[in-house]
Amino acid sequence: MEILKVEGVNKSFGGLRALNNVNFKVEEGTVHAIIGPNGAGKSTFLNCMIGRLVPDTGTVMFGDVSLTGMKPHQINQVGVSRVFQTPEIFGDLTLLENVMIPTLAKRDGEFALHAFVRVDQDTEVRDKALHMLEDVGLVEKREMVANSLSRGDKRRLELAMCLSQDPKLLLLDEPTAGMSRADTNNTIDLLKRIGDRGITKVVIEHDMHVVFSLAQKVTVLAQGAIIAEGKPEDIKGDPRVQEAYLGGAHL
Amino acid sequence: MLGLNKKDTSLFLLVLALVVFAPLLLNPFPEGSELAQFNAGYPDLMQRFLIFGIFAVGFNILFGLTGYLSFGHAAFLGVGSYAGVWMMKLLTMNVIPAIFMSVVFAGLFSLLVGYISLRRSGIYFSILTLAFAQMSFSLAYSVLTPITNGETGLQLALNDPRVLGVSQVDGSIPAANFFGIAMRDSFELSMGGWLFTFNAGYYLCAVVMMVAFYVAIRIFRSPFGMMLRAVKSNQQRMNFTGLNSKPYTLAAFVISGMYAGLAGGLMVAMDPLAGAERMQWTASGEVVLMTILGGAGTLIGPVLGAGFIKYCENIFSKINDNILYDWFAGLPEGLADFLVFVIHPFIGKGWHLTLGIMFMLIVIFLPGGIMEGFERIGRLFKRKPSSGESVSAKTSTTPAE
Repeated sequence: MEILKVEGVNKSFGGLRALNNVNFKVEEGTVHAIIGPNGAGKSTFLNCMIGRLVPDTGTVMFGDVSLTGMKPHQINQVGVSRVFQTPEIFGDLTLLENVMIPTLAKRDGEFALHAFVRVDQDTEVRDKALHMLEDVGLVEKREMVANSLSRGDKRRLELAMCLSQDPKLLLLDEPTAGMSRADTNNTIDLLKRIGDRGITKVVIEHDMHVVFSLAQKVTVLAQGAIIAEGKPEDIKGDPRVQEAYLGGAHL
Repeated sequence: MLGLNKKDTSLFLLVLALVVFAPLLLNPFPEGSELAQFNAGYPDLMQRFLIFGIFAVGFNILFGLTGYLSFGHAAFLGVGSYAGVWMMKLLTMNVIPAIFMSVVFAGLFSLLVGYISLRRSGIYFSILTLAFAQMSFSLAYSVLTPITNGETGLQLALNDPRVLGVSQVDGSIPAANFFGIAMRDSFELSMGGWLFTFNAGYYLCAVVMMVAFYVAIRIFRSPFGMMLRAVKSNQQRMNFTGLNSKPYTLAAFVISGMYAGLAGGLMVAMDPLAGAERMQWTASGEVVLMTILGGAGTLIGPVLGAGFIKYCENIFSKINDNILYDWFAGLPEGLADFLVFVIHPFIGKGWHLTLGIMFMLIVIFLPGGIMEGFERIGRLFKRKPSSGESVSAKTSTTPAE
């Protein structure tokens, strides 16, 4: 069954056609990678999915819900979480607070005026947040301010924030960009582990190593259009992909 | 205690003790001595400490937590004042309806202003709130004269209806009271050379202020307060986390507007008149100064900032050249003249200059305000924490940007 169905999406910026009639389906429970050269429209595509941008035409269906025209917080509330290319975290808050906020958002909805409850006595939320931090290996640093973390740790924190909401669909925008090989492998392991929970994932990635170790299906985007789609091993050998993406070099 | 953690309980008790014993603490110098002019323990000034403390605590809920800098909060204080005086004109001289309706009207007005202004953030939000406040100020002088009584200001009159009370007592306007206890009633205690004044109005302000302070602590420690800090930290992430930041900021705006209204209502309870100058932009700017001076985002900082500014206003503005000559009486005449000449611009009407310089010094050297100063002093007396702990220090004292 498909969890995400994108049909006929177009998006232009001035004269630039960033997305050209994109049709895209994601099967529930799978990891689906989107690859493509710089400027292919990968991030624009992701932004159209989560309501940061509104597509000019076309529909984005999440299960039975149409995401087109919904506000970012509404899209999150139906079960779509996103990890950004540059980590978006609450920099002035502690790690624990960083994870408690999405946990509360999941439990209490988009707005709750709980002004007379002690947040530190909410053991349910606190325990869940601690559990998530433990999962990504940051529990020791829970009282640290998030801005003091290294870039890799910030990414892991953001991942914990997204996972704490038990999303149905997780969108990851280059989760290993700027990481060392060791950190990349750690992240792959982490993503594989959370794969066991049956969260559907869409991953934008440059690093082929990551794509081929995670994804069950790969979509190749070039100049705003899908040029190939299929299993990783098929994509590897597709001459069109090598032409557009790899400049003819062999993988 | 009262659902507060240990640290907050001791903070609350400390503030409580300071407020209860303020009439003693603020009068350290014997009556008639040279230094008696530095005493702040008279009811009028102490009431203002508390009233502006409430104003600043409320402002801090908006500015300190969400980072939205409103330049129009005096408008809510003004609306609260007018509402309060009208209650005293129409209903009764009991201060309770006046204070209550001040909060209600300020809350409604801030809901309107906030709903419109919060469509923008940053400097545009500040300008919108400033525009609203200046508009209210101008309207109070012009078309709203039937409600505000224009330049004269809204005052009580002998022929006011006061349907729940009496229009006049023995040919004069009855005193503002709390179920019979007149606000201006005082009990004077003379001990040796010292004279302490315990004023009924002051203690009413004290009770209201402690309740307001308690509510502020609860908000700071609540999930709601955490969300407000999330607004300040990263509104984008907040929205992508499934939270709608708009109602959060609006709620914070209305709550702080109600605090401002409460302050306005208390002003009326202490002195039943209201004028448009309370809404002027300088008054809005003053509460910003108080909050930043004390430490935006901290619990007690704004209270200290309010006290500091109100103390300077009253004490520095009272010093004149004659007093200076008294101080320098022992010095040669030429030197005394010179010193008076140098100090003259900073005292009397020039106290704003002193305040401005102090404000600049604090913002440059202690961006976290007076509270950061205390923290630094506190750190001197503690053993140096290990590097891991120092990073983990909570961010409650993050300086305002």
